[in-house]
Amino acid sequence: MVMSYESKANRRQFLKILGFSTLSGLGSIPAIWALTPQFAIRNLQSEKRWAMVVDMKKFRTEEDYKKCIDACHTIHNVPDFGNPKDEVKWIWKMPYRNTFPEQEDEYISDGVKQMPFMVLCNHCKNPPCVRVCPTKATFKRIDGIVQMDYHRCIGCRFCMAACPYGSRSFNFREPRPFIKEKNPEYPTRTRGVVEKCNFCEERLSKGLSPACVEACKDNKALIFGDLNDPDSEVRKVLESNYTIRRKPELGTQPGVYYIV
Amino acid sequence: MYNGSKIIVGLIVFAGIVTFPFIYNLGKVNAKPEPKIDTPVIQQLKEKNCIESKEFMKANHMQLLNKWRDMVVRNGKRVYVNSKGEKYEISLQNTCLKCHSNKKEFCDECHNYMSVKTHCWNCHLESKG
Amino acid sequence: MFEKALSGDRRYWGWIFFLLLIMGTGFIFYIKQLNYGLGITGMSRDISWGLYIAQFTFLVGVAASAVMLVIPYYLHDYKKFGKIIIFGEFLAISAVIMCLMFVFVDMGQPMRAMNMILYPTPNSIMFWDMVVLNGYLLLNLIIGWTTLSAERNELPPPKWVKPLIYISIPWAISIHTVTAFLYAGLPGRHLWLTAIMAPRFLASAFASGPALLIILCLTVKRISSFDPGKEAIQTLGKIVTYAVIINLFFFVLELFTAFYSKIPGHMHPFQYLFFGIEGHGKLIPWMWTAFILSIMAIILLINPNMRENENILIVSAVLVFISTWIDKGMGLVIGGFIPNPFEEIIEYSPTVPEVLITLGVWATGLLIITVLYKIAVSIKEKTV
Repeated sequence: MVMSYESKANRRQFLKILGFSTLSGLGSIPAIWALTPQFAIRNLQSEKRWAMVVDMKKFRTEEDYKKCIDACHTIHNVPDFGNPKDEVKWIWKMPYRNTFPEQEDEYISDGVKQMPFMVLCNHCKNPPCVRVCPTKATFKRIDGIVQMDYHRCIGCRFCMAACPYGSRSFNFREPRPFIKEKNPEYPTRTRGVVEKCNFCEERLSKGLSPACVEACKDNKALIFGDLNDPDSEVRKVLESNYTIRRKPELGTQPGVYYIV
Repeated sequence: MYNGSKIIVGLIVFAGIVTFPFIYNLGKVNAKPEPKIDTPVIQQLKEKNCIESKEFMKANHMQLLNKWRDMVVRNGKRVYVNSKGEKYEISLQNTCLKCHSNKKEFCDECHNYMSVKTHCWNCHLESKG
Repeated sequence: MFEKALSGDRRYWGWIFFLLLIMGTGFIFYIKQLNYGLGITGMSRDISWGLYIAQFTFLVGVAASAVMLVIPYYLHDYKKFGKIIIFGEFLAISAVIMCLMFVFVDMGQPMRAMNMILYPTPNSIMFWDMVVLNGYLLLNLIIGWTTLSAERNELPPPKWVKPLIYISIPWAISIHTVTAFLYAGLPGRHLWLTAIMAPRFLASAFASGPALLIILCLTVKRISSFDPGKEAIQTLGKIVTYAVIINLFFFVLELFTAFYSKIPGHMHPFQYLFFGIEGHGKLIPWMWTAFILSIMAIILLINPNMRENENILIVSAVLVFISTWIDKGMGLVIGGFIPNPFEEIIEYSPTVPEVLITLGVWATGLLIITVLYKIAVSIKEKTV
């Protein structure tokens, strides 16, 4: 199902362009362009494009948020350091005014301004984190999931500087002592690597929906599915509701939509 | 030879340092590692076969694990088809360790003997049982 | 030639052991950092780069500034720089080594550093930065060592170094441009997302690097019998004067765009740095110090009569150096992370171990400069 990230043709193409541009004394700028992730991905046929719709109308009580967050963090062995400096998180709450800081409307009710939104990795179509990673430790899968390879990450944290959504956490310390109950079916991380939400790709491969989506399936607060499938639930929800995405002006094309 | 005595003393000290580990361990018997496979899960198996032959696993498990790692993490492929055509889920924690739940007696036995340091367990959890 | 570095008076050895002591302390704390993780520093998930990367960014500029000697000497045949050009090249060597060390101590998984080469990724600017920095180090090692060896043997430098010297000119510009691109291409970091990031980097580099060179040359003049020449130092002073003014001009351009357009995201980092936001303002004293020092330096430098006085010149060089160190180091790197992507103000201050590790790297750089300058001065004392 999944093809290799860059095909051999692309590499050959890169070498050709690199040779050419060096010869013409233009440096390697065209070569960099040719190899930017968008370019590589555009040429591949994608079967799926996973996306999530967060229906904020369905989040009523503290419990509604908590069960999603807990489901994710328990299943993925996300540590709880208990302090903001070392904090690691995959999905969490953020007030509306922080989630959408560019919507500076003075006259929105305080209730909305302070209303907590669910935030997580946006699994962007044009992910800046992937563009900057010097080892391809973070990369975009053919199904749109922005994946981390924890074996390869050197911990340079360039991706954290590049992510405009603050979605990435770094293991500033050994995480294991801070995981309350370890899920034996999923690995932990080690200190010195960056981590983030993976859209539960390990569950998707078994035909399950992401843990957070499943945790709030009673009221369907989170809707998950394939954007490339016109009959999918996400597509129907997106067609019948007005949704917004975070920082659309940056052109990253987030895969997480919000119904306010 | 200028400073002849100094050079000779230096050479003797150098030779001593270099050969120290060999001399130190001379005559000591090191028990041959014997990885154990008598875990409850394995004992219940009718045919006690790993995903590939014992000889293959002995020689190639490290390459296989690296290949598995890249197949899952980088290519999203989670099914391994072995030489007999049987299918297995690719997972260190959920496939290998389900049978080999005795990391100490199985993995560490040889790795310690050969003083091989693996980084697997910095992230992957060893099974409790 | 290394034997020249092994003979020196008590002052020399005292200095060397002092540096070794600081290096040792830094190393001990680095081991601690390796065992504990980068949580030992003041960095957090919001301010994910700190003192280390700030030093790295600043020092790339110092390294690049050697070109300010190479261009006049080799392209314009400005003979007066002939005596000090080696000091520029050796400063570049030490600065690049410090850069590489700062990147290394900033890594979460330093054992995996080779992944950068095992999995080369041309779409990452960091990949190119590694290529140009290492290339620049190699170029300067070869050029510096070869020309100095030739000088010792009282021979003209071999012909094959000339092309390398010409290559080193655009290469020096490239290391600082590529380093600016690390920052200037990130969506959502308003302070960094500016097309004049590379020119700003170069302007501040050509101020801070030659300023440091003035300090070093005047120090060499005081403690050895080698005289770099008054005119060479004065020309360096002129370069610093122009560069520090251009640097300030570029800064004003940034302020104009941010505050005339009134786009909040563009104004916030500057507001934070100079006035504080919501009561947070740890960097305010630093930024104003940098600003006032650079104004003071301009006042001292712009008048040729004052600049000609070497005491005033060295004072202004120190002012420029400190001012650019604050502005381009902490100001630029930390300022870029505040406010965070959620428009929250989360502050940063380095921890003691972080500062000691940083001092350790600086001491290593100074040790390299000391040894290389000692070799160069010993040879020049004989030949000049």
